[in-house]
Amino acid sequence: MFLSLSIICLTVAVLLAQANKMTAKPIAEAKAMKLQNAISEVVPLFDNDPVAEAYLMPDGSGDSLLVYPAKKGDEVVGYAINSSSNNGFGGEIQIMVGFDIEDRIINYAVLQHAETPGLGSKMAEWFKNPEKQSQSVIGRDLSQGTLIVSKDGGTVDAITASTITSRAFLEAINKAYLAYSDSKAEAFSGATPTTPASEEAHASAEIKEEEKNNE
Amino acid sequence: MNNNLKVLINGVIKENPTFVLLLGMCPTLATTSSAINGMSMGLATMFVLICSNMVISMLKNVIPDMVRIPAYIVVIATFVTIIEMAMNAYVPALADSLGIFIPLIVVNCIVLGRAESFASKNGVFASIFDGAGMGLGFTLSLSVLGGIRELLGTGKIFSINIYPEQYGSLLFVLAPGAFIVLGYLIAIFNKLQHK
Amino acid sequence: MELIGIIIVAIFVNNVVFSQFLGICPFLGVSKKVDTAIGMGLAVTFVLTIATIVTFLLQKGILEQFGLEYLQTITFILVIAALVQMVEIVLKKISPALYQALGVFLPLITTNCVILGVAILVIQKEYSLLESVIYAVATALGYAMALIIFSSIREQLALTKIPKAMQGIPIALITAGIIAMSFMGFSGIDQVFK
Repeated sequence: MFLSLSIICLTVAVLLAQANKMTAKPIAEAKAMKLQNAISEVVPLFDNDPVAEAYLMPDGSGDSLLVYPAKKGDEVVGYAINSSSNNGFGGEIQIMVGFDIEDRIINYAVLQHAETPGLGSKMAEWFKNPEKQSQSVIGRDLSQGTLIVSKDGGTVDAITASTITSRAFLEAINKAYLAYSDSKAEAFSGATPTTPASEEAHASAEIKEEEKNNE
Repeated sequence: MNNNLKVLINGVIKENPTFVLLLGMCPTLATTSSAINGMSMGLATMFVLICSNMVISMLKNVIPDMVRIPAYIVVIATFVTIIEMAMNAYVPALADSLGIFIPLIVVNCIVLGRAESFASKNGVFASIFDGAGMGLGFTLSLSVLGGIRELLGTGKIFSINIYPEQYGSLLFVLAPGAFIVLGYLIAIFNKLQHK
Repeated sequence: MELIGIIIVAIFVNNVVFSQFLGICPFLGVSKKVDTAIGMGLAVTFVLTIATIVTFLLQKGILEQFGLEYLQTITFILVIAALVQMVEIVLKKISPALYQALGVFLPLITTNCVILGVAILVIQKEYSLLESVIYAVATALGYAMALIIFSSIREQLALTKIPKAMQGIPIALITAGIIAMSFMGFSGIDQVFK
């Protein structure tokens, strides 16, 4: 009785391990693709590998954001910044926002959210509507002050019936701008950026490798 | 062959898992905010149903009666994990929107119910057809429910515009709409069946 | 403060039944009488709390240590099934009174997707052990509350005249829809606790 159950469990474990091996690569590729697409959507044409050159930058609220520098030749043409806010209606909102080198927003992409479909989820399009300047954030110059919804005395019209989502979205953008301006200051003063994220990831991967060998 | 066809149609109409047997209510309500989501959930469940029915009917003489339920659960969980991995790999956006309800196919009463009441007593081919029929019935009802909610809520079906969005009532895309639309659909099905 | 936020969200804003659609089958099945609803609510609270702790430790202690995350679904469901059996045996021995009250509901719980759902959700949300336990208890309380509210309404519904085709599940679902609508009014109150 227990023998046959154990045999079934064992067969299944082997089968799943095989399936896991087969799908691990496509899953990783799909994730990398999503990141790549989001970056190229929000910054001008580049010819470097922003993912490999990514580094962490403090966002002013005690956390660090991943900054992906986009370069053409040796010259920086923009930054894509992975920012987030925990104050969305349904929890965390993650966005990728791109800045040019003159403090202006080029574009953004929503990476992850749990907002209400049909209401808060409209943020994917709402803040980049070229026909409605009062709600679009594209082209805004953040050196002239942070973005605030018009209900709170700012200049950006919130999504109809989704003020909480809109506030959280702008919070993520403003956090990204802080990380951006620090990155820019360091890049143009010639200082080296803080610990490159890729190096850190590399190091932890090596540790994991060692752990495996020890087993 | 005729008999198998009967088994197939049985799952779609006479023993429709959603409208008649009232099984698998959680994914039915949760994943039907649009027609495409409902349909993909139905197809994923159908895959698990066919595979688990097939394997269980093959193993029915090997598995001792005492441990049959855990054994069935293991078989079902395996196929659920496989479809979860495959969806993450090839349709990541869809996997995101169905979220936790993919692993929850394991506890969908339809799958274990069919394993226990059909696959453990019938041959391999009949079991495959039963799985396909049940899966098809589930997929169809989920697509219909998703389609109606999407149409009433946003004026679209399968993302194709039928009428302007601002005339839609968002309520139907949100949680209450799921309960209300399903309630009315079951009532309509009842009415038609008793005629 | 954050923990209070988790509790409020789990009970009211994202109520398991009315907004997350977990555990609907037993919700419709055992909500005809208030007594059975209370029994089921208690049984779920009991099992959910234990199951969440066990699966959480299993995930962190074994699955993640050995890179076996892909076995999550299969181990969780087996552990939950075994756990329910164990709870049943232990309860029978230790507290026959409690067993009398909860016994009939225990077999139903294995296939209640609230248990597996919460076990997976706390891993996905990257909660700590304390947060997980609090989330599990709050979710279970939300479930019990939904069951009790709903069963009291259904006791009344049984006395009213309803068109034949609407009797039973259809009217129950529509009632649930209206309760879900009122629960939408809670959305946003967790902002106070941030």
